[in-house]
Amino acid sequence: MLPEIGQVALVLALLVSLLQATLPLAGAQRGRTSWMSVARPAAFAQLLLVLCAFLVLTVSFVMQDFSVRYVAENSNSLLPVIYRYTAVWGSHEGSLLLWALILAGWTGAVAEFSRKLPDEVVARVLGVMGLVSVGFLSFLIFTSNPFARLLPAVAEGRDLNPLLQDPGMIIHPPMLYLGYVGFVVPFAFAVAALIDGRMDARWLRWTRPWTNVAWGFLTLGIAIGSWWAYYELGWGGWWFWDPVENASFMPWLVGAALLHSQAVTEKRGSFRGWTVLLAIAAFSLSLLGTFLVRSGVLTSVHAFAADPARGLFILIFLAIVVGGSLLLYALRAPRFEEGAPFAASSRETLLLANNLLLVSACGMVLLGTLYPLLADALDLGKISVGPPYFGFLFVLLMTPLVLLLPFGPLTRWQREQPSKPLAMLAPWAILALVLGAVAYFTAPQGPLKTAAGVAGSAWALLGTARFVWTRFKGNGRRFTPEMLGMTLAHTGIAVFLVGALLVEAQNTQRELPLAPGQTVEVGKYAFRFEGVEETQGPNYVSDLGHVQVLRDGKPVTLLHPEKRAYASGGQVMTEAGIHSGVFGDVYVALGEPLGAADDPDRANGAWAVRVHIKPFVRWIWLGAALMALGGFVTALDRRFRAKPVQAATTEQRA
Amino acid sequence: MNAPSAPRRSRVGLVIGAVVFLGFLALMFYGVQHSDRADREALPSPLIGKPAPEFALPLLHEAGHMVTSKELLGTPYVLNVWGSWCPECRVEHPVLTRFALTKRVRVIGYNLKDEPEDALRWLEQFGNPYMLVLADRDGRAAIDWGIYGAPETFLVDARGIVRWKHVGAVDDAIIDGELVPLLDQLEAGQ
Repeated sequence: MLPEIGQVALVLALLVSLLQATLPLAGAQRGRTSWMSVARPAAFAQLLLVLCAFLVLTVSFVMQDFSVRYVAENSNSLLPVIYRYTAVWGSHEGSLLLWALILAGWTGAVAEFSRKLPDEVVARVLGVMGLVSVGFLSFLIFTSNPFARLLPAVAEGRDLNPLLQDPGMIIHPPMLYLGYVGFVVPFAFAVAALIDGRMDARWLRWTRPWTNVAWGFLTLGIAIGSWWAYYELGWGGWWFWDPVENASFMPWLVGAALLHSQAVTEKRGSFRGWTVLLAIAAFSLSLLGTFLVRSGVLTSVHAFAADPARGLFILIFLAIVVGGSLLLYALRAPRFEEGAPFAASSRETLLLANNLLLVSACGMVLLGTLYPLLADALDLGKISVGPPYFGFLFVLLMTPLVLLLPFGPLTRWQREQPSKPLAMLAPWAILALVLGAVAYFTAPQGPLKTAAGVAGSAWALLGTARFVWTRFKGNGRRFTPEMLGMTLAHTGIAVFLVGALLVEAQNTQRELPLAPGQTVEVGKYAFRFEGVEETQGPNYVSDLGHVQVLRDGKPVTLLHPEKRAYASGGQVMTEAGIHSGVFGDVYVALGEPLGAADDPDRANGAWAVRVHIKPFVRWIWLGAALMALGGFVTALDRRFRAKPVQAATTEQRA
Repeated sequence: MNAPSAPRRSRVGLVIGAVVFLGFLALMFYGVQHSDRADREALPSPLIGKPAPEFALPLLHEAGHMVTSKELLGTPYVLNVWGSWCPECRVEHPVLTRFALTKRVRVIGYNLKDEPEDALRWLEQFGNPYMLVLADRDGRAAIDWGIYGAPETFLVDARGIVRWKHVGAVDDAIIDGELVPLLDQLEAGQ
C-alpha cells in the first residue's frame, strides 16, 4: 500500500509542477496577478509531495519491502541499517528521486526567500524551475519508476553495490546534487531576465548568494567523491579524469566563472550577456552531467546500466532546455544594455581573463570526455583519453589563472595604473620565487613539481594576504563577508596547490611481497606485516591485514587494510589502511595472497602489499573545503539581503 | 545596432552556434543509440570462439551426481546463469521458458551462488524450463566462465566452443535476432 502512496504523490507532484510551469509564466506575460500568485503555493506543494514520495521509498528500504523492485535490487536483509537509508540513492531510480527532491527543495527555498522581489520576477523564476521539474518528474514516472512492484515479492534482495557501502557515499551524492541542481536558480533567473528582455542589477544581487551556495556544495560533493575514491578504490589516487568525475567538474569550472562574472555584472553592469550565458551553461552542464552518467553513453568506473529509452528521454529534455534557453539568449541578449566602460588595465579585464581561462578549461574537459565517443561515431577506432591529455592542458590553463589571482582583488574597477598592484605584489612575488627555489634544492624527489607547488601556493597565499592587509590598513574600510569569502576561497586554492603538486612530486609507492613477520623500510617509515586474519562483518567476510608502522624504530600506528568479499554478489572491495596526518598520509592496501591458488592456507602466507607515502595529500581536500567555505561565507553578506531600492538603478525596457 | 555589420555578425554566430549544438545533439543521439550495444567497451567475452572451460558440477536436483563439460558435447546447448536471489532472472524466466518449450536446443540452467532449497523452491514456483540444472554454490567455476553475475546466457556448440554470450536478461528480440540465427548457422555448417 505504502509504495502506491509514493507513486500517487509523484504523479500529483508532476501535475503541480505542470501548473507551476504554465500559469505563472503566462500570468507574468499577460500581467495577471492571480495567475502569478499560483507560483509560490505550487512550489511548496511540489516540495511536500516529492518529499512524501522520497520518505515512502526510504521507509520501504528501512522496512525491507522486497516487493518493491528497486528495494529488492539494491538492498538485502544483511545490509546495516544506516546503508538502508543511503541505498535510497544507491542506483538510478532513487538517485533521480533525490535529484527531484533537491530540485523541489531549491524551488521551495526560492519561493520562501523571494518575497522582496517583484511578482513577475518570482513568477517567471518559479515557472522556469517548474519546467525543469516537469522534465525530471516525468522522466522518473515514465522511465524510472522507483515504486514499481515485484510480485510476488522475493524473499531476499540483491545487495547495495558494495562500493557504495561506505560513510563517504552517504553524503557524496546529496552534496553533489545540491550543487548540480542549485545552478537551476541562476539559470532560472537568467531565463527570466531573457524573457523579460532586461537585467536588473538588484535581481542579480539577489541571485549571487544562491550561485555561491550551490557552487560551495558542488565543491564539497566533488571533494568528498575524490576522498572516497582515494581510500576506497585502493589505487591511492584522488582524481582520475573519469567521465563521471569530469561530468561534475565541468559545471564546477563554469560555476566558478559564473561567480566572478556575476560579481562584475552586479557591481559594474558589464558582462550582462556573458553572465546570462554562463548561468545557462552551468546548469546545462549539470544536465549534461546527469545525462552522461545516467544514460551509459560513456563508459566509466561508475558503470550504470545502460538503457537507450532513458538516455533518449534525457537527451530530448536536454535538447529542449539547452536549445530553448540558448535560442532565447540569441534572440534577446543583444538587447541588454552595456555596462560601465572599463580600461584594459582594470579588475574587469582580470575577471574576464579568469572567465576565459575557466571556460577554456571546461571546454578542454568536455572535448576530452566526448572525444572517445566522437572517434567511435566517426569510426576512428576505440580511443581513450586519459590523464596525460587532461593533466597537461589543465595545468597549462590554470597556471596563468594562479599567476593572475592575487592581482584581481588589488586592482580597482574600471581603471587602474598597472604599476600600482605590481608594486604592491613585487616583494611577495620575489619571496614566493625564493621559497620555490629553496623547495627545488631541498626536495628529496620531483624538485620541479615541488618548487612549482611551493612557489605557486606561496604566491596565491601571500598575494591574498596582501589584499587583507590593504583592507585592514585602510581607515574606516570594512572587511565584508564577501571579501572574507573571497579570501577563504583563494586561500583554499593555495592550500589545494600544495596538496595536488606535492603529492604528485613526493609520492612514494611500493608494491611489496610481504610474509608475516617481515619488515621493510619505505622512506622514513618501516612496515612490519603481521599477517592476515579472516573476520566476519555484517554482510561480508573480510581478510583483515595487520601492518605495524614504525618511524625511527618507534611504533607509529597499526594499520588494518582489508579485502572484503560481500555475501551477496561475491564482489571484493579494498579498504585501505590509512594513517593520516597534516603533513602526509601513510597508506597501505592489501593486494592478493601470493601462495598457490589451491593452497587452503594461502591467506596465512605472504601477501602483495601496496604501500604509499603521500605527503600533504589532505591539503587537497582541505583546500577544497576552504573554497566551499568561501562560497558559503560570501553568501552571508548582508548586502545581498538588503531591501531592494524602489528606484531602478540600471534598467532598460526592451 | 547602428553598424550594419553587427546584426550580420550575430546572425553568423547564431548559425555557427546552431550547427555546433545540433552536431552535439547528433553525437549524443548516436551515443544513446549505441549505449546498450554489447561490444560497446570492445570487451566481448574472451571465451567466444574458444572452448568452454572444463567443469564438473553437481546437479541441483541430485547433488551426488556430477556433470562434466565432456558429457555435454555432441549437440549445441544454451547455458543460462540464474539465481533465486536475482530479480532480473524472474523477468527473463517466462521468455526463456517459452524458448525452451520450442525444443530448438538444449537449455541448461546454471544456478549461481544459491542455497539449494531456495533454488528448488524458485523453480517450483515459476516452473523449470531447464533440461538439467548445474549448481555452482561457491561460484568458483563461474570465474572460469567469466560470469559477472546473473542473468547471463551462453551458447556452446556441439564441439564445446563458446559461440555467443549475453549479459543481462534475454528477451524475444535477442533470442530471435541473435541466438536463433546463430543456431541456424551452426547447424548449416555441420
